[in-house]
Amino acid sequence: MSTTTNDAASIEAPRSGRIAPRYARTPGGKGNFEMLAWLFMRISGAILIVLIFTHLFVNLMVGDGIQAVDFGFVAGKWASPLWQVWDLVMLWLAMLHGTNGVRVIINDYADKNTTRMTLKSILYIASLVIIVLGTLVIFTFDPCPAGAPADLLADFCNA
Amino acid sequence: MTTEIAEPASKIELPESVGGDIPSFEITLKVRRYNPEVSDEAYWDEWKLTMYGTDRVLDALHKVKWEHDGSVTFRRSCGHGVCGSDAMRINGRNRLACKTLLKDLDTSKPILVEPIKGLPVEKDLIVDMEPFFQSYREIMPFLISKGHEPTKERLQSAEDRERFDDTTKCILCAACTSSCPVFWTDGQYFGPAAIVNAHRFIFDSRDDAGDMRLEILNDKEGVWRCRTTFNCSEACPRGIQVTKAIAEVKQAILSRSV
Repeated sequence: MSTTTNDAASIEAPRSGRIAPRYARTPGGKGNFEMLAWLFMRISGAILIVLIFTHLFVNLMVGDGIQAVDFGFVAGKWASPLWQVWDLVMLWLAMLHGTNGVRVIINDYADKNTTRMTLKSILYIASLVIIVLGTLVIFTFDPCPAGAPADLLADFCNA
Repeated sequence: MTTEIAEPASKIELPESVGGDIPSFEITLKVRRYNPEVSDEAYWDEWKLTMYGTDRVLDALHKVKWEHDGSVTFRRSCGHGVCGSDAMRINGRNRLACKTLLKDLDTSKPILVEPIKGLPVEKDLIVDMEPFFQSYREIMPFLISKGHEPTKERLQSAEDRERFDDTTKCILCAACTSSCPVFWTDGQYFGPAAIVNAHRFIFDSRDDAGDMRLEILNDKEGVWRCRTTFNCSEACPRGIQVTKAIAEVKQAILSRSV
């Protein structure tokens, strides 16, 4: 009889702090990373609107328009430090903006941590390669590299 | 001693023409059923009912439970949009069953009633609300003040009260949190309801723990996971501008750190 009362006394209140393990929040690291990422998206987005539309206008509308775009046109633009810096800023902001956007989408749609890790690793490696490669091209672009076989070069190099 | 007590006469004179028959119509109610003691699979059950122009979805559910199938399980307490027990997905939208009139829905098609999404279903329309309340507890939904206890009530100007008036209306029905696609994914996000209730204290001039709450919501599962899809504002049965409240908390965190 006494055991029954003991059992009754030890019965927990229903759902006292019991929470399905899937919902238990892992304590996240301190810091403002998510806030800074959010802020970066807004600022870079606003800057990119100006950068991209000016870029499109200069390349496609001014002068001969799209017909003028070739090796020589790009080399001519990158001879000027203004366009070098312009394209560099555009490359970095667009890549980081896009990478962060896809990172957020992965967070929203992948529900397993391993899936997230895999997808994000692919994403980060791809963005890093493109940023490094793009930066390298902006500063080292040479339409007529010395010593290259003549049949691989554009017409204007021989002129 | 045995004289019969007559009913007191009505104090309101109603002409015969007032009132009359309430228009009735046929509806098909489809309810998402789930009973883990019988099967792990959920299924749809449907009933054809004759309902009236004054009836709500809750009345249809009552009719089913009282007259057709007593095993249909759902929560409801006050039945008048105050207690927040009967939030459910009606025709794909989170609504309180007691505030949704049948005549406002398309009665030519079956009316679909499902449990709210993103929380574990326990039976039929009942979900485990514990993860939802856990997030609510984490943002400390109570007044925290520094200094001496005042000997009378804590006074506040009408303007200061107005600042957080919208977010005091929350009834914790979970319609907003369970309408949020970010919450559906993994249930880690604090969710609109917790942020709304944090907002209620963060912007209260009598409260001194705003910073602590902002710090909690600066978490990676906090306000920054909000994608402003406005599902929560659309779902709120109290008309709280939920997405706006979340944006104000974002602003507060930003202006505190920058």
